[in-house]
Amino acid sequence: MSDVYIIGAGIHQFGRTEGRSGRDQGVFAVREALKDAGLEWPDVQFACGGSHAAGNADIMINDLGLTGVPFVNVFNGCATGGSALSTARAAIASGECDIAMAVGFDKHPRGAFNADPKAYGLPEWYGQTGMMLTTQFFALKIQRYMRLHGISRKTLGKVAEKSFRNGEKADHAWRRSPIDLDTILNSDVINDPLTKYMFCAPGEGGVALILASEKKVRELGSDAVKIASVVIRSRPPGSFEVFAPALDAVDGGKPTILASKAAYERAGIGPEDIDVAQLQDTESGAEIMHMAENGICKDGDQEQWLAEGRTELDGALPINTDGGCIACGEPIGATGLRQVYENVTQLRGRGGARQAQNNPKTAYSHVYGAPGLSGIAILET
Amino acid sequence: MNASLKPIAPGLWSEGSNPQLLGGRNSEGKIFFPIPEGDAGKGLEIIKLSSKGTLWSFTRQDFQPKPPYDGPEEFVPFLLGYIELPEKIIIESHIVDTTLEELQLGIEMEFVITPFDNTRSTFAYRPLKSNNGGSV
Repeated sequence: MSDVYIIGAGIHQFGRTEGRSGRDQGVFAVREALKDAGLEWPDVQFACGGSHAAGNADIMINDLGLTGVPFVNVFNGCATGGSALSTARAAIASGECDIAMAVGFDKHPRGAFNADPKAYGLPEWYGQTGMMLTTQFFALKIQRYMRLHGISRKTLGKVAEKSFRNGEKADHAWRRSPIDLDTILNSDVINDPLTKYMFCAPGEGGVALILASEKKVRELGSDAVKIASVVIRSRPPGSFEVFAPALDAVDGGKPTILASKAAYERAGIGPEDIDVAQLQDTESGAEIMHMAENGICKDGDQEQWLAEGRTELDGALPINTDGGCIACGEPIGATGLRQVYENVTQLRGRGGARQAQNNPKTAYSHVYGAPGLSGIAILET
Repeated sequence: MNASLKPIAPGLWSEGSNPQLLGGRNSEGKIFFPIPEGDAGKGLEIIKLSSKGTLWSFTRQDFQPKPPYDGPEEFVPFLLGYIELPEKIIIESHIVDTTLEELQLGIEMEFVITPFDNTRSTFAYRPLKSNNGGSV
């Protein structure tokens, strides 16, 4: 199979945009991505995308133009963006087309997500008794992890502090003001040990990417970034996942570990070769645990990594350079592609004040969500 | 426990003076909780799960969840966590008769039925030593 490149990346401001639907934020992002690629909508030969709560993506053709383009709708929870990217990449790699688009957008009401038990194949009592909350899952996972691997509350706070500091420098971020460590640690507890400022909030946003074949990249002379691998994996048996009334006492692995290993293998590189990473940071504990699950460091080493600032913009491996979900918020359908957008920006050296200082050549993104799936994309210049 | 309280759902725990959680065991010995509805639950042997286990993780729900949460109108933060049972299954449960500060990984826990609101009961675990006449 031939290589596939990203030649255009567009984003709509994350956060809250009153009076603009999620899909319209997606359309905005598509136009930005086309502009970035130097193309027009009729040039797009295949489109793929979706949202979790803001409707189908294919209706966008009403606004973008009725060009007859095949448009696949994706409804894949937190992996919506990753699935769209994977499908668009495959369309080009298979030789079916030379230019494809992946788009993700969303718009959620304020406050924590409230999932319907039936949609997840769970009994009503599980939701009624107040145990079906994503925030609890992350708290329960990091609570155990901190005790097993010696992670302190201060380190949880330092992750969020970095997110807000980076978010201040990212035009598309929602939270643009730094918050000091004490304020983060002493803010309202959501689910112990996690406080309000350690969590991302459901929000809004849209992202689109234009992909092209090697042939097209040469033709257009694009500022292109190569997709080294895109991998999505659902959970193995015995993994601890969100919305689990019970789990096996025998730890059977994790979807992130499976996806990560496969993504490194396909890209032909290892975690030691990654220069910049965007990791799912639903809350600061998730960023810490995902550092280890993605092979970046060993369990427990995060304490030292954060203390030494290794994941800062001027560190050895900057992580969540645009402030991640904590600063950008979580529009489910858009997050996975925001991470890739940010990596494209970093690899092109267009990060401005938030540019990773190590002149990155390889970039890694990781999205995780219910009911236990992970999507990884590795990019190279 | 107040006998007039109705279980939050039927078939979650056994009836009688010594209630136990009910699980389903398949022919390979794998245990499921809750017992799956529909085709996935067919052919499972219904078994009573151990009343004692150890604490695997824990947290406190400090804000009032949106529906489908259906707890008392006046929200009171509650403890919850996962309890590892000798059957090699880890159960998510409310935790009662203790405080966040007293909880530690690995402490022994026991099964209890506890009031959920004015009309319904649910299942919970509590630290084994805090047998201070709480909700049972």
